[in-house]
Amino acid sequence: MKVISLNFLTCAVKSCKSSGAAFPLHPKDAELVQDDIELNAQMLLNILPRLDWAALRTNATELGFPELPAELPTREALEADEKKLKDLHHLLVETQIMEGKLVCRNCGHEYAIREGIANFLLPSHLV
Amino acid sequence: MLPTPDTSHVPFSRVYEPSEDSYLLLDTLSAPAETAFLHARFQGHPPLVLEVGTGSGVVIAFVVAQAAHLFGRRDILAAGVDVNPFACRATNDTVRKAQVDHPGTHAPCWLGADVGDLAAPLPPGKVDILLFNPPYVPSEALPSLPPDAAAPSDLAGLAYSLSNLTDRTPSFDGDSYLLALSYAGGRDGMETTSRLVESLPDILSARGCAYILLCAQNKPDDVKARVGRLGPSWRALTVGESGNKAGWEKLQVIRISKDNVRDRRES
Ligand SMILES: [Zn+2]
Repeated sequence: MKVISLNFLTCAVKSCKSSGAAFPLHPKDAELVQDDIELNAQMLLNILPRLDWAALRTNATELGFPELPAELPTREALEADEKKLKDLHHLLVETQIMEGKLVCRNCGHEYAIREGIANFLLPSHLV
Repeated sequence: MLPTPDTSHVPFSRVYEPSEDSYLLLDTLSAPAETAFLHARFQGHPPLVLEVGTGSGVVIAFVVAQAAHLFGRRDILAAGVDVNPFACRATNDTVRKAQVDHPGTHAPCWLGADVGDLAAPLPPGKVDILLFNPPYVPSEALPSLPPDAAAPSDLAGLAYSLSNLTDRTPSFDGDSYLLALSYAGGRDGMETTSRLVESLPDILSARGCAYILLCAQNKPDDVKARVGRLGPSWRALTVGESGNKAGWEKLQVIRISKDNVRDRRES
């Protein structure tokens, strides 16, 4: 799964849905691979405002990437700074989590990731 | 006719094979009336598309590959969920292949397929377009979900989860169990679809809509009435139909949305 995917995943436990602590999930023991994907600047600029920047910032740091700025840079600022745009592309689109876990900070449940696929089916005591 | 994604790599002994129902979804989404609706609804707003129960991935791969045709934009985000880990792996492969095969029209941002129950892994209110070709065949029992499913390569884990099936599914084994998950819908074939419809207000974004495939035995008029009971602004509209052919009963696709604007085809 791509790092951007973490922005669209949360704990599957029903009682966690309303808790702010269940989003984002936190990667643990993550094994990363880097794909080589061509940068499409306009598309990335269109998608960025859709993201929860604070959640992305947390996940990026957890995965060992350099700290992101506190606020999403403006479109103009990114258009003028190809390096920054390339770094975001690398983090969001090119980096894949292949193995590891995603941890919910509300209930503590750990979702296994294998072959880039996370398993959100719950053990019977959590359903 | 836009081309159907290649699924020749998919192990159809344990993953649902694209069939009449899958193709009706493709035809419906690419029909002029629906592309016009989707273009208008998501103008200036790149949608997040989620397919629940991706199976081979043929439907979500089609959406990803033809994003420019369906939405008039390629910056859509797309994701999939399936209870069957083999289906998730197949879906990822089908989507990546379709992206390569359609360089000029595809959406680059495929978020991936994950194992899960319906839209449970998604945060509330994020999904703009939900696609669902449900297990809709009436069956005596609804196969229970695998409790802690295995990764695709982890057959030992799969055997473990299969040995933990409840007594509601005594006769299903291995591959046939995984296929049963993809079609057996319990009472009226509606047990899983009903759960999804009830949860739509939590899943969909403000401009969200859902495309759900139904067969005649699902009592589509009852389903629409149930959508109406979600609230005064909820609409359900038949947007695709196929007649009885080659042993298939009549199928239809309904589009469910929360809307204050009445669609001109709505009676
Ligand atoms: Zn949780």
